[in-house]
Amino acid sequence: MSALQYKAPTSVDEAAALLAGASGEARVLAGGTDLLVQLRAAMIAPELVVDIKHIPELTSVSVEDGVYSIGAATPSAELHENADLFAMWPGVIEAMDLVGSTQIQGRASLGGNLCNASPAADSVPAMIAANAVCVVAGPNGTREVAVEDIATGPGQTSLAKGEFVVTIRLPKQAPRTGDAYLRFIPRTEMDIAVVGVGICLTLDDGGVCTDARVSLGAVAARALLVKEAADALIGTKVDDAAMANLDAAAQAACSPINDKRGTIEFRTKVAGVLARRTAAIALDRARS
Amino acid sequence: MAKNHVTTTINGEPVEFLCETQETLLDVLRDELQLTGSKEGCASGDCGACSVMVDGRLVCSCLVMGVEAEGSTVETIEGMADGENLHPLQQKFLENAALQCGICTPGFLIAAKALLEKNPDPTETEVRYWLAGNLCRCTGYDKIIRSVLDVAAEAKGA
Ligand SMILES: Cc1cc2nc3c(=O)[nH]c(=O)nc-3n(C[C@H](O)[C@H](O)[C@H](O)COP(=O)(O)OP(=O)(O)OC[C@H]3O[C@@H](n4cnc5c(N)ncnc54)[C@H](O)[C@@H]3O)c2cc1C
Ligand code: FES
Ligand code: FES
Repeated sequence: MSALQYKAPTSVDEAAALLAGASGEARVLAGGTDLLVQLRAAMIAPELVVDIKHIPELTSVSVEDGVYSIGAATPSAELHENADLFAMWPGVIEAMDLVGSTQIQGRASLGGNLCNASPAADSVPAMIAANAVCVVAGPNGTREVAVEDIATGPGQTSLAKGEFVVTIRLPKQAPRTGDAYLRFIPRTEMDIAVVGVGICLTLDDGGVCTDARVSLGAVAARALLVKEAADALIGTKVDDAAMANLDAAAQAACSPINDKRGTIEFRTKVAGVLARRTAAIALDRARS
Repeated sequence: MAKNHVTTTINGEPVEFLCETQETLLDVLRDELQLTGSKEGCASGDCGACSVMVDGRLVCSCLVMGVEAEGSTVETIEGMADGENLHPLQQKFLENAALQCGICTPGFLIAAKALLEKNPDPTETEVRYWLAGNLCRCTGYDKIIRSVLDVAAEAKGA
């Protein structure tokens, strides 16, 4: 076995060239809170680790015309401290803040949470609901990919060799838009989602929902964008009838696994209940 | 295979070391630099016994690569007391018997110090959430939480 190499490039192009040029397996290192655990457990055996935290775009947050560009490797603690970002997208920031402990928060990133491709990754349903888009760089330049199109299954992504996520873009919000994320876990801290729900919705000035996105985590091989659940809200005042339809649509979209943390029946039922609770918070935020 | 040469600052002192890429910052602190105050409880980010500050952020040193310390500033439990003078948190942990075997203690102290620097007057709930990534298998958490709250209260009163 050849010794593991470490590189810390300072530009996107240099990183893409390193990743693309590796003869064996190369891995991006962001906060390392998944990567180091997997290295230690010998689940992965790369020959090269490319630390992307020395590339300025990867660890900074900028806003232009209401569009936030979040460096994919920015630690969650830094996002949480950004008061404007938090006020604009509380669902996304709260979802990422659920990841691990204070120590984990000092390192864990949105890009790592997304590209690790766990079906239970907390920030992913929130980013999907927010209609977030990734700027992906590779040896042939950059392309934009919707967050829901990154993970393809547990531990699998659609990124080609040499590609990595540079920034995550949160779109300019329409007036009266609110987002929220809730997860169900058996404990109150430090646990993996049994179900996670992200919802973002927009109201018109009469309080009718004109736009919505609903995403479910941990109930399928990857986070789902559930159009039927969004349709249950659009055109309504998000009243009890709409909530009942949302609940049913969320349950219908589930195809979870059975495991010690939740049976198929339990996860499916909880997805409906959580969808209603999440929608209520998003609605409240859209109104205020 | 050539080892990585790393130049860093630990507890205010410039430090150089050699490490394999696989070695974590915790491995380097304990095995290369003989700074054995930081403990390894789990090596997977769950227990917080390895807590250190890197560039002003509280992290698990078991989830940081040694090579990542290049150019950074690291603070460990060895830098907490000022010579013979214990930090108020260390003093209070002793007074309140907030430790038994002591394996978790350096991690709790580093984490609690980081909390009080950011939020000098936390509620009990805030202390409990902040320290949720630090596990103690012997003492029970009440004495630990109480010690942190006592230090905050005394600093406020002073
Ligand atoms: C104790 C503990 C508790 C945890 N709790 C939770 C939890 O509650 N919820 C949750 O969702 N997760 C949890 N996690 C998992 C982990 O912390 C998160 O998934 C975190 O967001 C990963 O981010 P990172 O920056 O540390 O990623 P890394 O470990 O650096 O990378 C993760 C993977 O993504 C790849 N990668 C990273 N960045 C990019 C990029 N920009 N482009 C392409 N590929 C990239 C890496 O190569 C690697 O395969 C926990 C982990 C620990 C150790
Ligand atoms: S040893 Fe690092 S968290 Fe347990
Ligand atoms: S005192 Fe033994 S683990 Fe806390």
